Amino acid sequence: MPPRAAPTQSPPIPAGLTQSQLLEIYRYLRLTRTLEERLTALYRQSKVIGGLFRSLGQEGESVGSAYALNRGRNQDVLSPLIRNLGSMLVMGAEPVQILRQYMAKAEGPTHGREQNVHFNDLEKGYLGQISHLGDMIPVMAGIALTFKLRAEPRVGLVYIGDGATSTGTFHEGLNFAAVQRVPLVVVAEYNRWAYSTPPEKQFAVKDLAEKAKGYGVPAVTVDGNDVLAVYEATRFAVERARRGHGVHFIEVKTYRRKGHAEHDDQHYVPKDELDWWAAENDPVDRYVKQLVRNEWAEERELKAIDAAVAAEIDRATDACVDEPLPAGDSALGGVYLDPPAAPRHWYRSL
Amino acid sequence: MAHVTYLEALRQGLWEEMERDPRVFILGEDVGAYGGAFKVTDGFVKRFGTERVIDTPISEAAIVGAAAGAAHMGMRPVAEMQFIDFISCAYDMLTNYVATARYRAGLGTPIVVRGPCGGYVRGGPFHSQNPEAAFFHTPGLKIVYPATARDAKGLIKASIRDDDPVIYLEHKWLYRRIKEALPEGEEILTPIGEARLAREGKDLSIVTYGATVWKSLEAAEQLAKEDGLAVEVLDLRTLLPMDDAAIMRSVQKTNKALIVHEDTRTGGVAGEIAARINEQAFAWLDGPIMRVTAHDVPLPYAPTLEDFVLPQTDDIVKAARWLAAY
Repeated sequence: MPPRAAPTQSPPIPAGLTQSQLLEIYRYLRLTRTLEERLTALYRQSKVIGGLFRSLGQEGESVGSAYALNRGRNQDVLSPLIRNLGSMLVMGAEPVQILRQYMAKAEGPTHGREQNVHFNDLEKGYLGQISHLGDMIPVMAGIALTFKLRAEPRVGLVYIGDGATSTGTFHEGLNFAAVQRVPLVVVAEYNRWAYSTPPEKQFAVKDLAEKAKGYGVPAVTVDGNDVLAVYEATRFAVERARRGHGVHFIEVKTYRRKGHAEHDDQHYVPKDELDWWAAENDPVDRYVKQLVRNEWAEERELKAIDAAVAAEIDRATDACVDEPLPAGDSALGGVYLDPPAAPRHWYRSL
Repeated sequence: MAHVTYLEALRQGLWEEMERDPRVFILGEDVGAYGGAFKVTDGFVKRFGTERVIDTPISEAAIVGAAAGAAHMGMRPVAEMQFIDFISCAYDMLTNYVATARYRAGLGTPIVVRGPCGGYVRGGPFHSQNPEAAFFHTPGLKIVYPATARDAKGLIKASIRDDDPVIYLEHKWLYRRIKEALPEGEEILTPIGEARLAREGKDLSIVTYGATVWKSLEAAEQLAKEDGLAVEVLDLRTLLPMDDAAIMRSVQKTNKALIVHEDTRTGGVAGEIAARINEQAFAWLDGPIMRVTAHDVPLPYAPTLEDFVLPQTDDIVKAARWLAAY
């Protein structure tokens, strides 16, 4: 995005947003980043049991896209990926539940059965993913199909990474959704890295949007680190889907600034590239500059949000960090509704 | 009492559930306008409309995935695999996504995935498979496999009403081969997880399911006439969860167990049944637990080859005779 001269008077806020909504978006961006920083600290203390997956540098597209949905009880539904913590927070996921889940606590949303952000609250509107990339496209197509069958004015939104557009389920799901004209928005995150694999080893097209066009799905490419641009593009796609015009595909160009997970030293990434994205194209920094330059917010308001978020994350951490892990034999329950538990093996009773 | 085929009984069961519950819908390849490759859903689109009988692209993973998403939202989808051989294209979706959903995420996924399976019909390697072993190993799925017209109807209805995902295996060799008198106007529901005693006996138990129930019954009849043996035949009906109690009751009575299935041997369901009998009824056994199954090869096309590979009535007779004499 080219730098603009400072306006002489405050320009109108775009995309029909209000000033308080702009601040709310900022709060979600800050909440995402601060929560991940806390998770990093807990990871280094070995309190996070498994891997930690950062969305550093991608918070803008997560928050901007989710913010375009209707939120609340039984409204729109999205399916996040590992780097869409921001989307889940926008939909109402609580930081304490994220912390519990990463630390495998008994009181966590999956009671220690699943890790990281793999959990859901369908009433709030987020469906947990599985690790098999691409699978959530057909599943979300089915959720959107239900909205269509019941004539409910609801929309589904599903994220897909650049690498995952190579999977079969992505193609089957996108085609199925397009043919059925279900109200589904696909947000494709071009973040340059699928673990260590760059785009040129993943696909032979330049933009992911080209793939969608092959299925008769309208597609746009937007600057994924411009929060309001992502919001505006998603809002358009969501409302179009809600009016019954079918699937819409939004490619967001962004950059994964951390490794695949915390263990990954990113030796395959050019250092100057990382430095450039951190210094010149951080979505939170850009958003702050935009708010302040356009006089849509004052720095002291943003600082107050920062302080409130930090205190919220402290409280959430204190609330759960010493909680117990689940009892071992709780692993047997809930494979089926009936029978309610798997049998315990005979030698465990000897 | 009207005499209906296995296929017609299945069709009636689907129809009744569609009438009873507006949440039930069907999706699959050629299920709508064409009425399904075997005409199981013939006439459905006329009665229920294209929104409840959905013709899909050739995308088994998307069919099962979309069914799962709809089920999360409270629907009761029935997904047809045109031939069950193609369920392998949805293996990931079924085993990783669907089967784990309740356990990992507390998400109900009440879907039924059904389709024609089995051989004896000269279908060749890709239109004859029995896929149960591939899914039998997956906690979170249920697997039913009716052998009679009554159970074809009773199990499809029970599967649709079940709150967990069910793979419903229907044998295409039985579709129009068997007929049964079914009462009209009476609700037929076969409980999932309960075996059926297909023939009583005291000398030897045959534990089986699917088409080989009929071959085992033929064998039992022949053994009664020629050898004076009273062979018991247990039709499992549900493979997952398995009715251990019924198997043990039979084995404890006859003290001899022969397990028969049409699927290949290595890693097949018969091995698991044998292990359970060994663990739970070892002291009652008067002979080794033996198996009659397909040979461990892909299923070939030529009648001579297929007949050689698959278990035949004569194989069951010989095996049972050997075991009875042990």
